[in-house]
Amino acid sequence: MKLKRAISAPVGLASQAQDNLRFIRETMSRSVQFTAVPGWGMVGIGCSAVLAYLVARQQGATSAQLAVWVAESLLAASLGALAIFRKARREGLLLSHAVSRRFFLNLAPPMVAGGLLTAALWKAGNLQVIPGMWLLLYGTGVFTGGAFSVKPVPMMGLAFAGLGGLALLSAPLFQQEFLLAGFGGFHLIFGTYIARQYGG
Amino acid sequence: MAAKSRARRAAPTEMGGSHRSEPQAGTKPARLNALVHARMRLAILSSLAVTRELSFSELKRHLEASDGNLSLHARKLEEAGYIECEKLFEKRIPKTIYRITAAGRQALDGYLSHMEAIIQATRAGS
Repeated sequence: MKLKRAISAPVGLASQAQDNLRFIRETMSRSVQFTAVPGWGMVGIGCSAVLAYLVARQQGATSAQLAVWVAESLLAASLGALAIFRKARREGLLLSHAVSRRFFLNLAPPMVAGGLLTAALWKAGNLQVIPGMWLLLYGTGVFTGGAFSVKPVPMMGLAFAGLGGLALLSAPLFQQEFLLAGFGGFHLIFGTYIARQYGG
Repeated sequence: MAAKSRARRAAPTEMGGSHRSEPQAGTKPARLNALVHARMRLAILSSLAVTRELSFSELKRHLEASDGNLSLHARKLEEAGYIECEKLFEKRIPKTIYRITAAGRQALDGYLSHMEAIIQATRAGS
């Protein structure tokens, strides 16, 4: 009996050590947040969305209006990437870190789906539902990616998804205004809050 | 002989990252750092090791701890010099911020090395 206990003791100790290491790893990953979400960058994106709305309103055809927003999305993506890179560098955060990877991996699929659906709907001539779909999928991406970030980020995702739902239900009415409220208004409101509360 | 034996016993304890406030420091060979080993304190140190700082409420949320339990263990780590605590007011609301110190990081590293050594020793023995 004593011998049996002596043999099993180190194995028990090792499994306890492994359990402790697992506990440390899990605690660390739970505590890390993607804090490089750029508040001021989002304010910049919001401002560019307001300008895009003013330009889009001058266009007669829906396709021309949406083309303005496609161009705006490319500009916003560039602005966002630059702002994330600058904030991460300033705060000494690694964008290759597991939590950053998780943030982008959760954000990316709805964005890719949005791009593909835009192409498909454009080809099918069903342009009225595109703004609502953009807002809904952007909100979904921000919400899922935001699970690894500070609290206002998933909240912003929910707000976008809710607005997207409303836009889809009210299509084809007020589509430009929905885009303005989401990409302009929400980015300005949440961006200012994040910038003030989470260091830029 | 006795002195030599004491010296031999003390060395592995320091390797294990023990701290001066540990009650049994230097009394047993390769003894675990009891201050770090307790689950809640290990969780506090692990959380603070991967962030610049965490507030009391953030720590409480991450670790799903009660106010009393968290503050008790945080105070022990603070007394040992493993973490530092800053109390401030944010919009007139009191806020407590915790950061890990160099000694705390060293203690956690020592604890991790200790755990890895145990696993490797078992693998080598089996």
